Amino acid sequence: MAVKLPIFMDSHSTTPMDPRVLEDMIPYFTEKFGHPGSRNHPFGWEAEAGMERAREQLAKLIGARDPKEVVFTSGGTESDNLALKGVAEMYREKGDHIVTTVIEHRAILDPCRRLEKQGVRVTYVPVGSDGIVDVDQIRRAVTDKTILISVMFANNEIGTIQPVEEIGKLAKERGVLFHTDAAQAVGKIPVDVEKMGIDLLTCTAHKIYGPKGIGALYVRRKAPRVRIAAMIDGGGHERGTRSGTVPVPLAVGFGRAAEICREVMGEEGARLGKLRDTLQDRILSTVDETYLNGHPDKRLPHNLNISFAYVEGESVLMGLNKEVALSSGSACTSSTLEPSYVIAALGVGADLAHSSIRFGLHRFTTEEEVAYVTDRTIEVVKRLRDMSPLYELAKEGVDIKSIQWKAE
Amino acid sequence: MAYSDKVIDHYQNPRNVGSFAKDMAGVGTGLVGAPECGDVMKLQIKVNLDTGLIEDARFKTFGCGSAIASSSLATEWLKGKSIDDAQKIKNTDIVNELKLPPVKIHCSVLAEDAIKAAIQDFQEKWARKRVAAAASTS
Repeated sequence: MAVKLPIFMDSHSTTPMDPRVLEDMIPYFTEKFGHPGSRNHPFGWEAEAGMERAREQLAKLIGARDPKEVVFTSGGTESDNLALKGVAEMYREKGDHIVTTVIEHRAILDPCRRLEKQGVRVTYVPVGSDGIVDVDQIRRAVTDKTILISVMFANNEIGTIQPVEEIGKLAKERGVLFHTDAAQAVGKIPVDVEKMGIDLLTCTAHKIYGPKGIGALYVRRKAPRVRIAAMIDGGGHERGTRSGTVPVPLAVGFGRAAEICREVMGEEGARLGKLRDTLQDRILSTVDETYLNGHPDKRLPHNLNISFAYVEGESVLMGLNKEVALSSGSACTSSTLEPSYVIAALGVGADLAHSSIRFGLHRFTTEEEVAYVTDRTIEVVKRLRDMSPLYELAKEGVDIKSIQWKAE
Repeated sequence: MAYSDKVIDHYQNPRNVGSFAKDMAGVGTGLVGAPECGDVMKLQIKVNLDTGLIEDARFKTFGCGSAIASSSLATEWLKGKSIDDAQKIKNTDIVNELKLPPVKIHCSVLAEDAIKAAIQDFQEKWARKRVAAAASTS
């Protein structure tokens, strides 16, 4: 079967919307357009009903006891900001210390930097070469001034899944709140805020086949009751936690997307995991000096991150970008000219960080697409290696690290 | 980021990819950049020791598409030039020709460095011999 080009295999950035989600959303743009806060007429009532159903669907997906614990936001970034800044402000009396990791998303790291400027202390715990954080290191980082531990559920580049349940347990023991950015994990692998001791959780619709522009922050209401300071004031929506009219069509889509994920997660994860393994095995067995980034097992089933030694990531993407959408940790794909800090945190060396390629499979990825991407990736890497001075040196037996490089 | 047509053309059809033996007569080799920075260029010139003109050039580049295009373009420009004229190739010429965006200017700088390094290597290895050879034949 011929594949339709270009192929989208960059699902950690975003996902295509499931047509069933769109179908549910459409009436809320037109006939059911009411303001969910309008308490005195049917337009408001039906908008509110749509919004509240979505809250329930989302609560179910993450194992929340009460739908009221789900606060709608504009997306993952806002949820992360709200969690960190909201807790830091509300619990200032109790303490001024946050523990997080070096491989968090920028939506965690940047608010942490800002909080540091405001006098909050932040400890950034490293990860092992497999991208997994050591719970004992978190344990040692927690002090009696610690108010929050924020550790991502699954990493957006290498897909590694953190020992969330253990961290949740540790947080309870120490009486510290636990936030997890689960934007990559929710809807893909089982997430249960009760079982895992999560107090605050970030998720977003567009990574689970829902619309862009809406996310949520789970805020625990019981054992303990978590209170956070609002970042946006005006109108007191979302029980005062996040003012601003909830975009009901987006919320409805988010809810439906969550419901579908809950139904298909097991089967979908198994299917994508199998496809991912095929992709991985064929690349690793065909191309020499390719390295898997992250943990071989403890990672998202649809994630694959590989470093192709001696070729630069952006040049690989450029060779494929008319046919296949992928992503790279190469500096040349970032505005900062720094390679991926996530790959660098694994201790693999900046050269391999520049050479990393991320594949992200999704609900609509087919076997034919995976075969096509495998073949083309291998072809492009081989072509680039033929023009790589580093590959030539390596083949001549020269140790690249022994050369005195004259950097600019 | 959108690439210019010229960058895409050089990336897809790189000119003069390959290597000369480093000790081949008249060959000068420049190796610049660093793997940790994500850019390494090897650029070689082959100078006709009788005429003093660059009769051939080769490159191999580890880097992004713009780095590959910059070095490919450099080899194209070097062919047929005297060493003096080759010295005059500026990174800004490459920027203009390939329409590189600001974030890619370092690629052109590296290509200019590679040209200079290849010329220097040529001069260290061969220029004196060439002068001596020229003197003995006149």
